[in-house]
Amino acid sequence: MCRIGAIKSKVAFHPSQALYLMLPQQEGHDNSGFAMVMQDLYGVFAGYKDKPLMSLACTQKGAKLVEDYMESHNFVPVNEWNPKVNRSPGLDIKAMPHYIFRNYDYPRSYKDATQEEKEALLLDTRLAIRAMLEKDELGYIFSFWPDVLTLKEIGDPRDIATYFGLWDDKGDMMAKNVIVQCRQNTNYDIVRYAAHPFFIQGYTLCANGENTFYTKNKEYQKSLNKGYIGFESDSQNFIYTLHYVLHELKWPIQYYKHVITPLPFEEIEKRPDKAELMAIRQSLGHLEINGPNTIIAMLPDNNIMTCCDSKKLRPVIVGRDENTVAIASEVCALNTVLPNRDQEKDLYPNEREVVVITEDLEVQRWKQ
Amino acid sequence: METVRTQDVSVNDLPWKIEYLPERCTMCGSCVATCTFNAIEAGMERRSITVSTAEGPEPTQRHLATPVIKQKNSVANHCVGCGMCEKICPNKAIKPVRNPDGRENLLARSTGKPIKRGGRNNLQQERTFDKIVIGRISQMTDPSLDSERHTFDILAPFGRVLPPNELPFSTQNGELHLNGQIPPVRWIYPIIFSDMSIGALSTRAWEAIAMATAYLNEKHHLPVRMCSGEGGMPVKLMESEYLQYMIIQIASGHFGWNRIIKAMPKMKVDPAGILIKIGQGAKPGDGGLLPAAKVAEHVQAIRGVPKADLLSPPNHQGLYSIEESVQKMHMSLNAAFKFRVPVAIKCAASATSVSVYNNLLRDPYRICGGFFLDGIQGGTGAANEISLDHTGHPVVSKVRECYQAAVKQGRQGQIPLWAGGGIGLTGDAAADAMKMICLGANGVFIGKILIQLCGCIGNEHGRCNSCSTGLCPTGICTQDPRLVKRLDIDKAAQNIVSYILALDSEMRKMMAPIGNSSLPVGRSDALVTTDRAIADKLAIQYTC
Ligand code: SF4
Ligand code: SF4
Repeated sequence: MCRIGAIKSKVAFHPSQALYLMLPQQEGHDNSGFAMVMQDLYGVFAGYKDKPLMSLACTQKGAKLVEDYMESHNFVPVNEWNPKVNRSPGLDIKAMPHYIFRNYDYPRSYKDATQEEKEALLLDTRLAIRAMLEKDELGYIFSFWPDVLTLKEIGDPRDIATYFGLWDDKGDMMAKNVIVQCRQNTNYDIVRYAAHPFFIQGYTLCANGENTFYTKNKEYQKSLNKGYIGFESDSQNFIYTLHYVLHELKWPIQYYKHVITPLPFEEIEKRPDKAELMAIRQSLGHLEINGPNTIIAMLPDNNIMTCCDSKKLRPVIVGRDENTVAIASEVCALNTVLPNRDQEKDLYPNEREVVVITEDLEVQRWKQ
Repeated sequence: METVRTQDVSVNDLPWKIEYLPERCTMCGSCVATCTFNAIEAGMERRSITVSTAEGPEPTQRHLATPVIKQKNSVANHCVGCGMCEKICPNKAIKPVRNPDGRENLLARSTGKPIKRGGRNNLQQERTFDKIVIGRISQMTDPSLDSERHTFDILAPFGRVLPPNELPFSTQNGELHLNGQIPPVRWIYPIIFSDMSIGALSTRAWEAIAMATAYLNEKHHLPVRMCSGEGGMPVKLMESEYLQYMIIQIASGHFGWNRIIKAMPKMKVDPAGILIKIGQGAKPGDGGLLPAAKVAEHVQAIRGVPKADLLSPPNHQGLYSIEESVQKMHMSLNAAFKFRVPVAIKCAASATSVSVYNNLLRDPYRICGGFFLDGIQGGTGAANEISLDHTGHPVVSKVRECYQAAVKQGRQGQIPLWAGGGIGLTGDAAADAMKMICLGANGVFIGKILIQLCGCIGNEHGRCNSCSTGLCPTGICTQDPRLVKRLDIDKAAQNIVSYILALDSEMRKMMAPIGNSSLPVGRSDALVTTDRAIADKLAIQYTC
């Protein structure tokens, strides 16, 4: 089973926390990669919160192509962080030549653009760069969004952390939220895009388990949005559905659970909102998931959400202390990052529950 | 010496021969009385026998005339292999045996007319389904379910499903509210008892199926729906609560609609749906045929017609295009029930099915509530043999293509796909249904297997298939009251109920190993095939 985790804190923390959260959980293939998305950034990014940040791993040629592309599309680079890497021999990492984390200013013509137009521009830009780099395997663009940073690499997470100096807690890269997982996709080809967390237009998501309705989901999602591409992993279906329900249909978050794990018909029949739930179930039947899964997602407003499959075949646990909430697949993870928490208050969401952690660390919990 | 006449018909020219054991026969005459086809008769034969009655052998020869049962050497009265004589014979003295040397096909057109019969396509084609298995077994990280313990949602939509962005939702206090009407959608069991009319079936056989439907609903809470077939329904049923389990059919003859429309004000509940029959999988393009022999008084009453051959034209007069059919028929039938009852359409599978489905999917009125595709292996009560055997289209790849066409448009699931024609041909309707569902169908419809459960002994190897004659030996598709008496309708209904209950368990048995608790519609990744061509055509995994 692939372990996943998230931390949300009132105080900005270092990425090493993500590693402390994940390493105690590791088993089997779980040490084959490292992938995290940080949001609400501090350190070198603190002054650039509204400037779209590009997270890129590429070759020299790829870097040049991206630079040219951005320039010709009138994006203006305003800030850049290049991690000082540790190339000592023996580290288990399949490193790319360059890692670029660069904030841009929007093109001047977007000065009066609406939020929607800006969001479309950022998506289009990421997709264009992805296509451009994909051709000759020149690199990977993981996210391009204000205040969001993605790092993904193949190898042993401890060595990856050493390579990027993540153990040093230097204060240059910090955030108040992280979603993380330490494994490459071992089911299919090992490609960086297949490693969750996945990202689209402010939505980040990690999921474990198997999506047995992958084919159904994929066939439906493909025509819903040009950004729903890749499908290198069956977990991508979860983020596209999340994005579709929240961003495209603009439905309240609790309906995400009704879409992916609808109530049985018999139960819908007994509900006062049965007309709505039936309409949702029948119109979005192809986005149902039907396997064992846990999902952890981060939303544009920094809220973090978690829920499970409808049979709770994959567990998840939520724990907290005063300033920090952590979510993980296993309790040992929480014991490491929140050793002094009150364990009595740990939550084990059931198969019908959705848990949302808000900005002020309120843990909302509701039943589907 | 008498000259043999080449063109004389002998029993060996016929498709079935009687195997008769005179030494067992007591000449009770039961077989002759039972044979509805008048294929056997009592007669006398001259025998020469050698007997020895003394203590030592003293053989003497005697001639005697002895009564026997004989098969008629007549094409018009050929034995159909129904086996009723064997069933009734107390001494096991008689039974039909298939005759591989029969020349029926050459002799039966002697009237100058095409051969007529009932049943299915008899040209033993290989079945695609039998080369496909559910091969994606859940294990390890993705555990199988327990078919006995987990709950399964085995329901399928009947009705037009709107795309999510067209749902009339508004958000108030963080909750969605449905404002206004959306097209009616009924979630029903994914097996529909398909359209066999009163007329094609005896009233009693039709009632047996209706009883089974009601029983499955009321007693076992399985929302199985039955389609009336063309020709209407008993008024009593239309005025009862049971109407909610019925899908009323309208076909090109519009038979029975007079009475349906008259009954409308008295209907206590809405019917489950309306099915517009454009065509059927068996003998497509041939229209419907109810021979005068089967137009008994009660059939005349229900349909409002005189005793005559009743022909449903092969197409709906006045409908020249799909758009017209949508506009005229769908609209008026939707309006007839004030848009509360879903209206679906049934077509013969055809090389053109995808175009039809594409058009329906794009219909701006959003009122087509289902696309029923009927394949070449569907059964029928009466047709020209040539049409049964040589026209039509296999349904499996067609359903798949329709589903893929919907995927291409991003409209899968919006017009539910229902598939029929040969479902359950080998007896395992659940397996056929599940494979069809994985390929993209929402559900299936079954017909022939229902009457087989009632007792029909016809098959695809030329047994019986005499549904067109009015002489059905099992009382299922005849209107002759003496023959209908042979059918125990309680037992017939019970057989159907038991079969569907077993099928329901079998559906779970196939969903559990792929880890799904709701129907895997379009889950083609769950299927594998040992046939490369099938794999390519259906876009499923090839395996060997
Ligand atoms: S098998 Fe049927 S048709 Fe043939 S002789 Fe017997 S009863 Fe008549
Ligand atoms: S038994 Fe009746 S229904 Fe069955 S094939 Fe013969 S005639 Fe048709």
